Amino acid sequence: MYKNFLRYIISVLFLLGVSGQANADFKVGFVYVGPTGDHGWTYQHDEGRKAVEAAGIKTTYVESVPEGADAERVIRQLAQSGHDLIFTTSFGYMDPTNKVAKDFPNVKFEHATGYKREHSNVSTYSARFYEGRTLLGHMAGKMTKTNVIGYIASFPIPEVIRGINAMTLAAQKVNPDIKTKIVWVFTWYDPGKESEAAQALIDQGADVIMQHTDSTAPVQVAEKAGVWSFGQASDMQRFAPKSILTSIIDDWAPYYVERSIAARDGTWKQQDTWHGLKEGMVAMAPYNSAMGSDLVKEVEQLQKDLASGKTHSFTGPIYDQKGNILVAEGSVADDGMLAGMNVYVKGVEGDIPQ
Amino acid sequence: MIKIEKRNDVSPSIYFLTPILAIFLTLFGGGIIFYVLGFNPLEALKFFFITPISDLYGFSELLVKATPLCLIAIGLSFCFKSNNWNIGAEGQLIFGGIVGGGVALLFYGHDGFYVLPIIILSGAIGGMIFAMIPAVLKTYLNTNEILVSLMLVYVAKLLLDYLVVGPWSNPEGFNFPETRQFSESARMPVLFDGLRIHAGIFITLITVFLSWLILYKTYLGFQIKVSGLSLKTAKYAGYKGKTMIIIVFMISGACAGLAGVGEITGPIGQLHRNISPDYGFTAIIVAFLGRLNPVGIIFASLIVALTYLGAETAQIFLQVPKYTGQVFQGMILFFLLGSDYLLFFKIKFLGLKKNEL
Repeated sequence: MYKNFLRYIISVLFLLGVSGQANADFKVGFVYVGPTGDHGWTYQHDEGRKAVEAAGIKTTYVESVPEGADAERVIRQLAQSGHDLIFTTSFGYMDPTNKVAKDFPNVKFEHATGYKREHSNVSTYSARFYEGRTLLGHMAGKMTKTNVIGYIASFPIPEVIRGINAMTLAAQKVNPDIKTKIVWVFTWYDPGKESEAAQALIDQGADVIMQHTDSTAPVQVAEKAGVWSFGQASDMQRFAPKSILTSIIDDWAPYYVERSIAARDGTWKQQDTWHGLKEGMVAMAPYNSAMGSDLVKEVEQLQKDLASGKTHSFTGPIYDQKGNILVAEGSVADDGMLAGMNVYVKGVEGDIPQ
Repeated sequence: MIKIEKRNDVSPSIYFLTPILAIFLTLFGGGIIFYVLGFNPLEALKFFFITPISDLYGFSELLVKATPLCLIAIGLSFCFKSNNWNIGAEGQLIFGGIVGGGVALLFYGHDGFYVLPIIILSGAIGGMIFAMIPAVLKTYLNTNEILVSLMLVYVAKLLLDYLVVGPWSNPEGFNFPETRQFSESARMPVLFDGLRIHAGIFITLITVFLSWLILYKTYLGFQIKVSGLSLKTAKYAGYKGKTMIIIVFMISGACAGLAGVGEITGPIGQLHRNISPDYGFTAIIVAFLGRLNPVGIIFASLIVALTYLGAETAQIFLQVPKYTGQVFQGMILFFLLGSDYLLFFKIKFLGLKKNEL
């Protein structure tokens, strides 16, 4: 009797375990830092979520979650309410994500742009946006008449500095006289500040501007002022049809679909992903024909070479502002150096805010 | 013809019942909004107001969220009761957080029971000093305290930005705009394992009790009340108006500073750019919803905190847009002010007289 009971319990537990694997109620949660209608960062993550939904997996999202004390509660609520995989899509969610992951070992967590994987159920992912910056640099160097490129930067973190450097190096290659001017706005999303910064750069002689912030304000200012610009995160062409040469697109959809299916089928493993043009996590919007068909062809070739690995964004020799060598001739920067990049290359004006 | 007349006698029981009426009207209005958005109103309201606090964790989160709101609103009640319009509690909160956080970083790696009390005290003093700026400018230079206190919010925010990006940023943090995590000795003790409710709630409760004592049992409280009712009477009675203005601002700033230090040593554990989701502004709604009364403010802070949690759960379970939380906060204030108007004023519908035709 007792033995039978035990057997019964074990078989029920086993069945529960099996059914848990091929879970029909498998759900994926997303935490966004901005509104889904920002036409930039969060908008693109939500496009990725829609792709997961289209693949037949249920999804949930919470938008505009402040990166303060509230993030932990939202992530925990998603974990508690039966979400099996949770994507937290802003750097500021790094510590809360790891904290909640500790208490929910059966739930998988994916944190964007962070570096902490304190538990085996936390993965991190980001995109090699700098490869896109290399393409922008090539175009900017060819298109500028004043030889001044304006750059609106958000925070002096490696990711942003990497973008500035990649762009400057590529622009120098085609036009050794260019200078990169930078305005730090210390925000990811503030249309007011971003447009002021764009205007300031144009006033200082920049005739090509680009930004590492999320709103459409800079391209709109550029359109009005009649200078060239680039879209960020999503295709912003419709906001500045004449001015935009192309946009760097963050395409999270394939990754989100792949990871969601892996988590559902039980093949999900912890990893640190850093995908670029090759895998398609970084994509380019159609090139503006105003730059001439020759340049378009050049850039398309460069895009192919970057994707195939024939060309690397950081190929030596690379010097810092003082002229010290950073990467020797004939070699390329490794991922470790890229991940911790905190100096400007030669040709960038000003100092990194400390 | 419509004529609006001031009511001479307002029944005190109705005065304290109108906030409850306002909440019911908000629920009703919210139900209509949910219906228009295409949700089942009853189900949406359930997810909004009941689901978030249906378990222990949710209840603890409610208290975590209500703690700073209650603390700031209590401080604001001193200012508002005496007709001093301190709109800058958000700035005082941030400045208190900056001072408290600075001390916490100074004590990085130190153990000892004295660390946390020093941090808390310095946070309160920080908020207090920051609130004294509009108060001193008002009393000695006759500036407008609404404007000065509001503009100082931006000063505090920019100062915090500068510190976490530059001198105070985590040396191992890849230049990300945040400080180190504070040492364990600088953190508010958590009351129950697995829940985030922390010792800050005791500070809030003690503050509520003390403010009740000051407002209703001391001469200072009486002065505050009289000045609020009539500044001329207060002057005639010989009260020192200037000192009182500075004192109420100091109390208010200290409370906001405590709220700031409670957040950074409690649920956050470090300084970064988003230490407050505008608690200082939301607390203004809390103060008025609680009728500037310490006990009323406790209930009001719980209700407003619930609108935050509710917006999150409603989005998780029904994908209701998150901004409905702010809509609810706005509706509560709107209905409260609306019913207040009817409470203090009579609307008379007069028939048209024949000779006017």
